[in-house]
Amino acid sequence: MRRRPTFLLSVLAFGFAFFYVPILSMVVYSFNASRLATVWGGFSTKWYGALFANKQVGEALLLSLKIAVVSSTIATILGTLAGIALVRFTKFRGRTLFSGLVTAPLIMPEVITGVSALIFFLLLASWIGWPVQRGFTTITLAHITFSMVFVTTIVQARLLQSDRAIEEAAMDLGSRPWQVLWDITLPVISPAILSGWLLAFTISLDDVVITSFTTGPGSTTLPLLIWSKVKLGVTPDINALATLMVLCVGIGVIIAGVVMNRAEARRLADERLAYRSQA
Amino acid sequence: MGWFHRRGWRDLIIGLPYLWLVIFFLIPFAIVIAMSVATKTPTAPPFSFGGAHPWVNLETYHRLVSEPLYLRAFLISLMNAAGTTLFCLLLGYPMALALTRVSRSSRNILLMLVILPFWTSFLLRVYAWMGLMGKSSWFNAGLTEAWNWLVPQSWAVAALPMMHSNFAVVLVMVYTYLPFMILPLYASLERLDPTLDEAALDLGSRPWQVFVDVTLPQSLPGIIAGGLLVFIPAAGELVIPSLVGDASTPMIGRVISDQFSQARDWPMASAVAVALLALMVGPTMLYSHYQARAEGTK
Amino acid sequence: MAEFLQIEGVSKSFGPFQAVRDVTLSVAQGEIFSLLGGSGCGKTTLLRMLAGFEEPTSGRIFLDGRDMAGVPPWSRPVHMMFQSYALFPHMTVEANIGYGLKHETLSKTQRAERVREMLDLVQLTPFAARKPHQISGGQRQRVALARALARQPKLLLLDEPLAALDKKLREHTQFELMSIQARTGVTFIVVTHDQEEAMTLSDRIAVMDRGQVQQIGSPTEIYEYPVNRFVASFIGSITSFEAEVMARDGGALRLKVPAFGGEVTTKDANFAPGSKVTLALRPEKLVITKERPSGNAVQGVVKDLAYFGKDSLYRITLASGALVQAHAVNQHRGTETQRVADWDDQVWLSFDPAAAIVLGA
Repeated sequence: MRRRPTFLLSVLAFGFAFFYVPILSMVVYSFNASRLATVWGGFSTKWYGALFANKQVGEALLLSLKIAVVSSTIATILGTLAGIALVRFTKFRGRTLFSGLVTAPLIMPEVITGVSALIFFLLLASWIGWPVQRGFTTITLAHITFSMVFVTTIVQARLLQSDRAIEEAAMDLGSRPWQVLWDITLPVISPAILSGWLLAFTISLDDVVITSFTTGPGSTTLPLLIWSKVKLGVTPDINALATLMVLCVGIGVIIAGVVMNRAEARRLADERLAYRSQA
Repeated sequence: MGWFHRRGWRDLIIGLPYLWLVIFFLIPFAIVIAMSVATKTPTAPPFSFGGAHPWVNLETYHRLVSEPLYLRAFLISLMNAAGTTLFCLLLGYPMALALTRVSRSSRNILLMLVILPFWTSFLLRVYAWMGLMGKSSWFNAGLTEAWNWLVPQSWAVAALPMMHSNFAVVLVMVYTYLPFMILPLYASLERLDPTLDEAALDLGSRPWQVFVDVTLPQSLPGIIAGGLLVFIPAAGELVIPSLVGDASTPMIGRVISDQFSQARDWPMASAVAVALLALMVGPTMLYSHYQARAEGTK
Repeated sequence: MAEFLQIEGVSKSFGPFQAVRDVTLSVAQGEIFSLLGGSGCGKTTLLRMLAGFEEPTSGRIFLDGRDMAGVPPWSRPVHMMFQSYALFPHMTVEANIGYGLKHETLSKTQRAERVREMLDLVQLTPFAARKPHQISGGQRQRVALARALARQPKLLLLDEPLAALDKKLREHTQFELMSIQARTGVTFIVVTHDQEEAMTLSDRIAVMDRGQVQQIGSPTEIYEYPVNRFVASFIGSITSFEAEVMARDGGALRLKVPAFGGEVTTKDANFAPGSKVTLALRPEKLVITKERPSGNAVQGVVKDLAYFGKDSLYRITLASGALVQAHAVNQHRGTETQRVADWDDQVWLSFDPAAAIVLGA
C-alpha cells in the first residue's frame, strides 16, 4: 500500500543539489589555472600557493582562532550556569527577566546586537576611558554574550530530559548540593556542554556582522578579511581557502560521525549483552 | 528545601550569567532605546539629551515614517525576508517530509548533509553563489542558454543579470537559511503518528486530503518555528545584500550600519534598530503562543 | 450462497517472511468475529488487508459480493478502530467523529445530526468540544468507536479495542461494545491477543498461529473441543499427557496413560486402537478429594497452592513425577483449615470421562 513518495524524493534530491553544487563548484575551480570561472585553464595548485604566501590570511586565522577559543570557553561556563539556574531554580527574584535575557539574543537581528555593543563600548570609552581601542577584547566580549545563550539552550534541553531523581538520590546518600552538581549534574550534561562549546566556537569563528561592529584598527579576523576581499569581486584564492575549510569541516564531521557511531554501536552491544545475561 | 536555597553557590550560579547579560546585553540595548530619542550633535560622542528637545526628541521616529528612504528600506527588507521564508518553506517542507519517509539508517546521513553547509563558513557560501551568478560562470552561461532557448528571440541576452539584484539577495538568503527551515519542520513532522494518516485514509480521505487535514495542521508549530528562524535574520540581513545586492536598493541592515558609521547619526541608527525589533516582536509572540499550546497538548 | 465477508486463500509475505498463510474464512452479516492469537500470528496483517492498508500477496477478499482487490482504503465501506485510537489531536471530539462524513454528500445539518447521534450513542455529548488530550482513556476509546461508526460502514475492524483500558473499565466496555453492535447491526471483526476478551465478545473466533488459522468456532467449541494442542493450550490452560489408545467400545475410549497412573476412560473420539494421542486436562475439570473416588483417578501430593479468593489453584505432583494443575472453588467460608487440601497433603485427582480432551499426538 505504501507507495514510494517519488515527488518528495525528487524534491529532496533537488534540495541536496542546491546545497552542494555551489560548494563543489568552488572546490573544482580552486584548481583552475585560469582566473576566469568559465574557462577551464587546466589543473593548477597555484591559488593554494598564493593563499599560503599571503601573511594576512595566516594572521587573521590566528586571531579568529584565539577569539573563538577564549570566547567559546567563557561562553560555555556562563551558558551552562545559566542553563542550570533556569532549570533547577524555579523561583528567584528576577527570573522572568533572566529567562527573557537568555532568549532575546537568539532572536535579535545581528545588526542590532552589533550596533548596541558598539555604542556601549564607545560610550564606555568616553566615560571611563576603557576600552581605549577596540579589538581582541571587545570582539571577545561581544562573542561571549551572544554565543552563551546558545549554550544555555542546549544545556537546558538536556537538563529537562535528565531524571531529577538521580540528583535527589545523591542528596539522600549524603551529598551537599555543590557535590551533587560536581558528581552528578555536570557529568550527566557533559555531552550537552561539549556540543554547546562546539557551537559557540563555530559561531564565533564564523561571525561577520557583530565582529565588524566591535573590531578596531589592526584587528582583522578571517571572516572580516574574506568579506573585504570578496566585496571587491571573485578571486580564485578564496576558492582555495573555501576548499581547505570544507576539507577541515568534512574531516571533523567524519571523525565525529565515526566516534558517535562507535559509541552508539557499543551502547547497543552492551544493552544486548545485558538483556541476554538477564534472560 | 530551605537549606538548599540558602547557599552562596546558588547565588553564584544565577548571579554570574545574570550579571553578564545585564552588563553586556541589557544595558547596551537600553542605551540604544534611549539613544533613539536623543538629539544628534556634532560633538563626540555625537548626541545629547538636552537642547531644543529636552530629554525626549521624537524627530528620528518622525523621519522614519516620513522619509521615503526608511519606508523603502523597511518595505524591501520585509518583502525579501517574506520571499525568502516562503521559498524556504516551499523547498524545505517537501524535503523535511521526504526525510521522515526514508529508512532510519540513511536518515541520519541525510540529516547530517542538511546541517553540514551550516558548519562551513557563511561568507564562503555567499561567495560560492557570487561565483555561480557572475556573468562569466558556467552556471550563468548554462542558465542563459536555457533562457534564450525558452523565450522569444527579442528577449535573448548575452548573460543573465543575476548579480546585484533582489533576486540574488533572496536566492542566497534561501540558500543560507534553508537548514533553519528544514530542521524544525523535520522535528515536528517526525513526531507525527503515522497511524493518524492511516485513520484518515480509512475514513475516506485521499492521500492529498490526508496531507491537508492531518499532516499540515499538526506541523504548524514547525512551520512557524522555521519561518521565524528564517524571517528574523533575513529581515535584518547585512552581509548578503552588501555582497550580491544592488547598492542603490536600501535595506534595513545596511541603513542602520550606514547611518551609524558614515552619517554618524547615532540616534537615527538606533531608531531604525528599535523599529526593526518592534516589527519582530509580533511574529515572536505568535511563536511563543503556539509553543505554549504545543506544550499544553503533551 | 456467498457469505457477507469471504476470505479465500489469502497469503501475505513481507520479503522472505510469510505473515499470513493461505487463510480461508467467512463471516456472516451482523456477526462479531474475533481473530485471536499471540503477537506475530498474522492477525493484525489480516486486519490491515481488510482495511486496504496491505494488498494480499495471493488470494482474494470479497465483501458483500464485491472483490476488494485494488480498492484503496478510502473507497472501502470498511472502517477501523485503531489500537492507539489514532484520534486527530488537533481536532475536537466532534470534529473527529465528523471527519469521515466530510467525504459524503450530506448537507451541513444532516452531518451535524449524524454526529449528534454518534455522540449520543457513545454518551459523549457533554465532551463534544474537547480535544482528545482533555478526555480520559475510556472516553477516547468511545470517540474512536463513534468516528469509525459514523459513516455506517459495512464492516468495522477493531484492533485490540480494549488493550489500553484498565481491568475494571475493560469489563464494562466489553458489554457496551456488544450492545452498540446489537443496536447498529454492523459486522465487527475484532483482533485481540486476550482470550477472555475474545470469548465474551464474539459469536465466533478464529484462533491463529504463525500466519495460519488453527480453528474456527464458537467460544464454547474452541474451549471445550479444541482441535489441536496449540488451541487447547492457548485458550485456557491444560496439563497434557502422552497416551495410547487401547480400545474403543460402546462410545468410550480406553487410553493407556503411564504418567497418569495407568489407564483412563474418556468419551469416544475418532482414533484407532494403537494410535498415539495426547490426553489434555483443564484445571477446573479435575476434582480433588481426600478419599479415592470411582472412575479415572490418580494419587498425588500438593506441592503448591495459590489462593485467589473465589477459588484456589493447586499444583499436584503425581507418582510419575508429572505436575498437574487443578482448580477448586472455595465453596466454604473459613480459614486455611477448611480448604480442600493443604501443602504436602496426599490427595486424589479424578475427572469425568466426558471432561477430558483427546488430541492427536
